[in-house]
Amino acid sequence: MTHGVATSHAPPRPQSFLRRNVFSVDHKVIGRQYLDLALVAVVTGMVLSWVMRFHLGWPETPVPGLGKLAPTGAAGGVITPEYYLALMTMHGTIMVFFVLTTAPFAGFGNFFLPIQVGAEDMAFPRINMTSFWVTLLALLVLLSAFFVGDGPPLSGWTAYAPLSAVGKDAGPGQGVGQTLWAVSIAMFCVAQLLGSLNFIATTLDLRTKGMSLARLPFATWAWFITSVIGLVAFAVLMPACILLILDRVAGTSFFIPAGLVISDRLQPHAGGSPLLWQHLFWFFGHPEVYIAILPGFGIVSQILPVFARKPLLGPRVFITCLIAIAFLSYTVWGHHMFLSGMNPLSATLFSVPTLVITIPAAIVTLLWIGTIYGARLRFTAASLFALGFVSVFVSGGLSGFFLAQPSTDIYLHGTYFVVAHFHFVMGVAAMFGIFAGTYFWFPKMFGRMMNETLGKWHFWLTFIGVYCVFMPMHYLGLAGNVRRYSAFTDDYLQPLIPLHRFITIAALFTGAAQLIFLFNLIRSRFRGPKAPDNPWEATTLEWSTSSPPPHDNFGGRPPVVSHGPNEYGGTGGGPRDYVMQADPQ
Amino acid sequence: MSTAVLPPSTRVPAAPVVASGGGPRPSVAQTGVWIGIATISMSFAALTSALVVRQSSAPDWQHITLPPLLYLNTLLLVASSGTLEWSRRRQAPAGLLATLALGLLFVAGQILAWRRLGAQGVFLATGPSSAFFYLFTALHALHVLGGLGGLVYVQRRAAALNAAALYWHFMAVLWLYLLVLLTWLNR
Repeated sequence: MTHGVATSHAPPRPQSFLRRNVFSVDHKVIGRQYLDLALVAVVTGMVLSWVMRFHLGWPETPVPGLGKLAPTGAAGGVITPEYYLALMTMHGTIMVFFVLTTAPFAGFGNFFLPIQVGAEDMAFPRINMTSFWVTLLALLVLLSAFFVGDGPPLSGWTAYAPLSAVGKDAGPGQGVGQTLWAVSIAMFCVAQLLGSLNFIATTLDLRTKGMSLARLPFATWAWFITSVIGLVAFAVLMPACILLILDRVAGTSFFIPAGLVISDRLQPHAGGSPLLWQHLFWFFGHPEVYIAILPGFGIVSQILPVFARKPLLGPRVFITCLIAIAFLSYTVWGHHMFLSGMNPLSATLFSVPTLVITIPAAIVTLLWIGTIYGARLRFTAASLFALGFVSVFVSGGLSGFFLAQPSTDIYLHGTYFVVAHFHFVMGVAAMFGIFAGTYFWFPKMFGRMMNETLGKWHFWLTFIGVYCVFMPMHYLGLAGNVRRYSAFTDDYLQPLIPLHRFITIAALFTGAAQLIFLFNLIRSRFRGPKAPDNPWEATTLEWSTSSPPPHDNFGGRPPVVSHGPNEYGGTGGGPRDYVMQADPQ
Repeated sequence: MSTAVLPPSTRVPAAPVVASGGGPRPSVAQTGVWIGIATISMSFAALTSALVVRQSSAPDWQHITLPPLLYLNTLLLVASSGTLEWSRRRQAPAGLLATLALGLLFVAGQILAWRRLGAQGVFLATGPSSAFFYLFTALHALHVLGGLGGLVYVQRRAAALNAAALYWHFMAVLWLYLLVLLTWLNR
């Protein structure tokens, strides 16, 4: 036994059901809990978006059943402008924090990072468990805003001050609802900081014998770099939320200027700076985009070589690009604020790194395309979603060029063009990463295969669906359709309503396609055929252990690594065209 | 388990370390504390920049008189760092208890300092200067309480001593930074 090297870092397997499945310190259970949480959150967020879309297409038609659920916000089922903003705020907050951050980073990262580095558990299992439960509590606090006071907040997922700071006078939901929002996000920051701490310490200190940094799988590199970004970004958002809470409940004036009159009432504050909130928020907010997307980069870079049976092109260039993106992500936050009023010189200073950051992003894309160039691709649901990721990431990235430049951004920033841009590049792309990861890793996580036919149907319907939803929004934006408005019945935007109706139908259709995924997920969990240890013929350490992995991941024998993660397409190694990381020298 | 082969006096590291390059690595707990230090520094840096922006955004910055008690508290905290280092190097458990006592006295002293300020009529919402004063001291005190928790934990698991000591010294350094910042702002 090699117990001398890694004496049970994982705590012994507990016996009681609760300790094993609910209050577990096992990183695999915690990873699944994060994914389950994200699933509940994404369903909630999607239903909210359907209600909003329905209202945008048919502003005067009551939404069936909504009148009973929200008697003040939607009396008789017709949504008030305020309630539209409330839905938008909750949709954005739930999706960005509790889906796009939680699933690809905390969910898959928790499950697979320790296995991929050959560790038995995270560096600090109890902190890891705390991190999940704080996240869950944060989600419950956020959702409780639906049921208390005058409903959810209205200030968007960015919670711009002073709207978010002044309280009840600013509208329904700006009382208790907005305070709950700030408390929830502050808690979420704590959870993510604890999680990032764990990811970094595990990657640095718990790698198994032979797992040098150069041999780390690409997904682990991506999670590691993401956690470094998160460590800095959430460390700024948390104090910002504390300042916001103090402005709201303790009478301070960090963000509220003097002489502000809202709802005919002079606000009892003075001297604060609304722009200060925007700076603090976007210093977090832009890196957050990369927190959402970089795990997808890692997942796709791990999946494409497996199904192309070719090594990833330029692995070192790929990692260098990730690090470059991480650094640059801290220098570009001002490009969210061109419209907020900014010295033209500062705008240029923020514009240049924004354009520069497209270089590493473009290089990574070219590496992916180079990897599949000339390959005989194995088309599975996982590889299709990985390819789809590249497609939607490029589609969303291209519109970024227009938004990176202040002159064009000032026209486009308040329009649906921006909605199209960030939904493609951050929302849909990250979701495709999550889907790719799910189809790829499901056999390892649950020991059963997912249904490939349903998976491919799910891919094609989703792929076509998201383009139908978000492509026309570029046109809406160029035509001057402002965002965040609940209806366009009486003004110059009326001719665009048919397009809104098309988008709404496409959104409902795409949403319905997700039922295929849900069905596949639940059915395969219980009825799927048994999965072998390495169904995709991949190289990384998770495929060297059983499906699902035992409690301490490797059955008491930590693997010894003699190969990099990228050894595909060889011919000299006998019948296999790949070399696993744990294969002997 | 490795404890069976090691003599009972040997210190077991906080968490077994899996060497990757062969050479010894700092213990995992210490890595964790370094990462924590990075995060906490970033948070206070963010608050400092918020302070700079807020100070220049409006002409309503009022100077407050810092209670002299703060300097006594500073001495207590620096002394607690000294006793901890003494305890760590000489393996003297008494030093650890002294550190705990001094740390508790520091927090009590900070609360007393707030009360002194309150007696002058200076509260959180009085002005931007006082808001930042209460915010900085409260956040720092909370982190000190966390450090005290760590020191209590060390009583049970001596292996975590180095990590806890690292954090505790950082608390002293952070406080010195905050004191200089607050003094300079209210000069």
